[in-house]
Amino acid sequence: MSSYDELNDIHIDVLKEIGNIGSGNAASALSTMLDRKVDISVPVVRVLDYTQVTEELGGPEELMAGLLLSLKGDVTGMIMFLLHKDFAHMVINTLTGMELENVGVLDEFSSSAISEVGNIMAASYVNAIASLTGLVIDITPPDVCVDMVGAILSVPAIYFANMGDKIIFIQDEFDKQEGESKSSSHILMLPEADSLNTIMTKLGLEF
Amino acid sequence: MITVGIADLNIARAPDILVTYALGSCIGICLYDARMKLAGLSHIMLPSAAQAPNLANQPMKFADTAVEMLIHKMEAAGAHRALMKAKIAGGATMFSGLSNSSIANIGQRNTQAVKMELLRQRIPIIAEDTGKDFGRTLLLSAEDGSMRIKSATKGEWVF
Repeated sequence: MSSYDELNDIHIDVLKEIGNIGSGNAASALSTMLDRKVDISVPVVRVLDYTQVTEELGGPEELMAGLLLSLKGDVTGMIMFLLHKDFAHMVINTLTGMELENVGVLDEFSSSAISEVGNIMAASYVNAIASLTGLVIDITPPDVCVDMVGAILSVPAIYFANMGDKIIFIQDEFDKQEGESKSSSHILMLPEADSLNTIMTKLGLEF
Repeated sequence: MITVGIADLNIARAPDILVTYALGSCIGICLYDARMKLAGLSHIMLPSAAQAPNLANQPMKFADTAVEMLIHKMEAAGAHRALMKAKIAGGATMFSGLSNSSIANIGQRNTQAVKMELLRQRIPIIAEDTGKDFGRTLLLSAEDGSMRIKSATKGEWVF
């Protein structure tokens, strides 16, 4: 397989299940860290144009915190966390006990708090997939960036540009209700085409 | 306003405005013919089409092929290459610690490729807002060729 367009319904279902298991694990890790209940939505797997992705996340200029981790080992690609600014606020305030004024300018302490959250969530996500498939998957430490979501997503978009216009997202939405306000985050798992083959083969699916 | 997407390009006549949103490591290339009041904007993702022969059908994605295509489109609309001036923006490093070799410094490599191509086409670059670590939305006015840059947290400015 060289292009994501070749995925069929069975493949999509498998990826959804992977997203489900991964995000369930990540959510319970987050819940433990925050000492609160964290709800997750059913993961959505989509093969989309970059433009469609940014539209779904609130438009290209939406301010978000992005955490990028590379996948290494048997599976290569990227994992990206996108935190809406309210969600990033909540996480930082809960973990550091400090009231953050403006998420646009993260100090070093807040930045490392949020990257630690990303690290733990990604490790939980990846461990779930690794134990399901028996594959060895390592992650690099996360890199943090707070900016327009379109600019954040340009990084994976460029990375996957050689495979065409489409990008595959296993997207899980984490919601945390707090009074009236609803804030959320997304995990995007971005496996390379070769790694998708590896995962599918391990799970007994011919590609 | 005419929106230019990722790996896209378009032209506009005064008083229209061309806009491309949230340039990260990508580059927005503005060309302007002041006499015709004709503006062109291209949003490229990668330096060179030569490195990706399987994507030969996507010339708007690459610095080298997109610049040429934009010039032709503007010439077809009545602009003169000799009168064109260029302004460029983008090419940021969004994630500084990224060690992945294929996209490390991609913003910088994109900037270099765009400059090389404009030099090859003999179009002078009269303004530039490239590099650093933040995303940029770019608005190009066909009225006066001004390039307005908006950032998420650092305000906005005009070239």
